[in-house]
Parts: sequence; structure tokens; C-alpha cells
Amino acid sequence: MKDFNYHSAKDSKEASKLASSSSAFLAGGMTTIPSMKLGLATYKDLIDIKNIKKLSGIKVSGKSVTIGAATKHVEVSNSKDVKKAIPSLSSLAEGIGDPQVRNRGTIGGSIANNDPSADYPSACIALNATIHTNERKIEAAKFFKGMFETALKKGELIEAIEFQIPEKSSYQKHPNPASRYAIVGVYVAKHKGDVNVAVTGAKSCVYNDKEMSKALSGNFSSSSIDGMDLDSSEMNSDMHASADFRASLVVTQAKKAVDAC
Amino acid sequence: MGKISLEVNGRKVEKEAPDNTLLSTFLREHLQLTGTHIGCDTSQCGACVVHVDGNSLKSCTALAADINGSKVTTIEGLETNGKMHPMQEAFKKLHGLQCGFCTPGMVMSAVDLLQKNKKPSDTEIRDWLEGNICRCTGYQNIVAAVKEAATKM
Ligand SMILES: Cc1cc2nc3c(=O)[nH]c(=O)nc-3n(C[C@H](O)[C@H](O)[C@H](O)COP(=O)(O)OP(=O)(O)OC[C@H]3O[C@@H](n4cnc5c(N)ncnc54)[C@H](O)[C@@H]3O)c2cc1C
Ligand code: FES
Ligand code: FES
Repeated sequence: MKDFNYHSAKDSKEASKLASSSSAFLAGGMTTIPSMKLGLATYKDLIDIKNIKKLSGIKVSGKSVTIGAATKHVEVSNSKDVKKAIPSLSSLAEGIGDPQVRNRGTIGGSIANNDPSADYPSACIALNATIHTNERKIEAAKFFKGMFETALKKGELIEAIEFQIPEKSSYQKHPNPASRYAIVGVYVAKHKGDVNVAVTGAKSCVYNDKEMSKALSGNFSSSSIDGMDLDSSEMNSDMHASADFRASLVVTQAKKAVDAC
Repeated sequence: MGKISLEVNGRKVEKEAPDNTLLSTFLREHLQLTGTHIGCDTSQCGACVVHVDGNSLKSCTALAADINGSKVTTIEGLETNGKMHPMQEAFKKLHGLQCGFCTPGMVMSAVDLLQKNKKPSDTEIRDWLEGNICRCTGYQNIVAAVKEAATKM
């Protein structure tokens, strides 16, 4: 691993002041460190944000659950408040990687990285999340731009993610047996007005499946999406699953999610 | 370059190390604690698992600078007065290892499990060991060893 300077920021202001075109924030390090070891990324400065108190913790209000960006997966999965308010979010966190990844990895790092197979981006889309940064608020629907790409500007720091509490919801993932990343993961959330069906793992970036959302908003039953033939032309095809298999998995996982709601 | 101060296996250590020093490198090369193994470059195998402030983590994916000031326990720190830890005894008794490469990480991870869940089921043991890969045993005897250790701890 190439050398770099390690900084530990005390607050968001200091963190964004230290940021440059050759720096990265260091949260759990579960993506940054392996990518640097493999030579896929190099930085001059790593700015540790774990000691910024404001970035950790979970708050529940009547309508929403707000999770600090540096909150670890294990804290979300163990939180009684999250379990009560949005049980599917707690079980999503429990299904990420392995215990050692969950002991370090953070929600902010996961969504900033926007891996096409990561779990949390689907929760953001399904639960109409608002991403709070040190500069502004961004709706989830405008945050995830493409493969490993987000609306964040250089040096912009995510401070918290605010999830809307749904009437019912469930996340169902078909995991890669080795890494536990989603080959396909579907997060179904029924809100007062409409239903979101957020899909991760299937395409280059998380998305809300409009066709299934419409069908389920009309009739919230797995029978309304049974046998749906999704267009697989933009779906990923790799050694784990072909595009056609992924298209079929999306429907299967969505049906499972609706039945589990 | 910065000063790293840690308590490792009950002993205070203080050493200068470059900022890009991984915890695993610090343990193996600066402290000569080579019981912690390195089996991959992708944070997936778990051979490097140690405890930091009571929780297991992959030492190959944490910077020494990042955990400055913490308490670290490695496989070398499990024995007391030359007597093996019950988890090590159980792995030995039930053949929970063959080549032994994955064993330090397996044992450290399993000890952390029993700290959090005193009587885990087979499924809970297998789920917990998700991040520890073994190329030899087929896992059966590892699960049996963890169950045995649970009766002794
Ligand atoms: C073996 C293994 C298995 C995994 N399995 C899964 C899985 O099943 N599902 C899944 O979803 N993920 C999985 N992950 C990823 C893991 O969940 C981490 O969440 C993810 O790697 C990034 O989080 P981090 O906190 O470690 O971020 P870091 O690695 O510290 O940072 C990642 C990127 O995010 C940026 N960043 C971090 N925090 C912020 C912030 N607050 N504001 C702005 N930018 C920020 C950094 O600059 C960096 O570019 C796995 C990882 C490993 C190593
Ligand atoms: S060496 Fe493989 S996970 Fe650390
Ligand atoms: S005993 Fe050889 S890798 Fe596990």
C-alpha cells in the first residue's frame, strides 16, 4: 500500500477543510483499505471521520429514523429503536458481510461508495431517505447517480441519513455465497400513498422498479407481480448470474418481500 | 510517521510507524506477533482476526494509527500461565484444524461469539464464522469445537 498521511478530524468543518482532490474520508475502511492494498485507489491523505461525535448515533421520531453517517452496521442491527420502527432496516444491516465487516463498516461509507451490489442504497430508495450532508439535503432518488457514483461533491461529507418510516416493508436478498453482497436484493416498502420497489445488484446502480411499484400500489399482493417479465437488457451478467436469471430473481425476491410484509 | 500506543495482550507498547501501517503489519512486523495470519488481500478470509477493545475485527483492514490508544488481544494473548484457552483446547481435542492457517482467526472470532452469545446454535455458529474461510476442515469439526468450548467457558 502506497504511503499517505493519516488525519483524524474533530468535526465536520475540519474534515471538509482537510479534503482535496487526492484525499478520501476514512470511515470503516472496509472498502477504502482493500482498494488501496490492491492498488485500485491511491490517496495522499486519509481523513478519519470516526471521531466526529455528531456523525454517530440513531434518532427515532414519529415519522422517521435518522442514522449518523459513521454509525456501524452492527449498531444498526442491534438497535432496539430501529428494530421497532423499521425492522427490515435492522435485518438488512444484520445481513451485510460478516461480523467483522459489520463491526467496522458504516452506513455513510456504504452509500458514498454506491457499490452496485450494496444493500443500504436500496433502503435509501425504498424508504424515501434524505441524505444530510455538511452542505445540503439530497433526496435519495437524486443521490445515486450511477456505478460507484453519487451526487456528492469532492469534500462533501454525509452527516446523517433520514429514513421515512413505512407502513410495512421487507428486504429480501439473494446473496453472493462468498461475500454476502447482493446478487439481487429487493426492498419493498409500502407507504401511505404508494409502494417503492428498490432493486440492488441487478443493474449498474440501484433503482426503483416503476412497473412493479405501480402494480403493487394498485393491489399490494404478490399475485399482482407474479410472472412479470422484466426487461433484462440493462441487467448485469457475470460469473454469478446471467442477466435473464437476475431479471427472474428480481421478481422472485420482490414477491418474497411482499409476502413477508 | 506517527507514534502508535497500544495495549497488546496486557502489555503497553509504543512505537513509531508510518501512517500506512496496517494493524496486522504492526503486530507481525513491529511486535513479531506472527500468530496473526494474512491469507488474502480482499478482507475476506478472516485469518487476521484479533480483538480490539473487546470486539473482533480484521487486522488487515484497520490502520494502526486508526486504533491508536486501544486494547488489542491476539491469539498469543489467549493462554494463561502456559495453559491453553478453552477454545484452543476444544479445537485441539476435536480436530478443528488441519494445516492451521485459518485457526488463529477462527479461534479469535469464535471467542468473540461466545462473549456475545453464551450458548449459540449450530446455525448461529456458522453465521458468525461467515468471515472466516477454511480450506481444509470442511467446518464440521470447527463448529463442534465451538460448541464444546461453550460448555467450558
Ligand atoms: C468482505 C466484505 C464483505 C462485504 N459485504 C457487504 C454486503 O454484503 N453488503 C454491503 O452492502 N456491503 C458489504 N461490504 C461493504 C461494507 O458494508 C462497507 O459498508 C463499505 O465497504 C463501506 O463502508 P466503510 O464505512 O467501510 O467506508 P470506507 O471504506 O471508510 O469509505 C468508503 C468510501 O466512502 C467515502 N465516505 C465514507 N464515509 C463518508 C461520509 N460520511 N461522507 C462522504 N463520504 C464518505 C470515503 O471517502 C470512501 O471513498 C463488504 C465489505 C467487505 C470487505
Ligand atoms: S488477511 Fe484475509 S481478511 Fe485479513
Ligand atoms: S485448517 Fe487449513 S485452512 Fe483451516
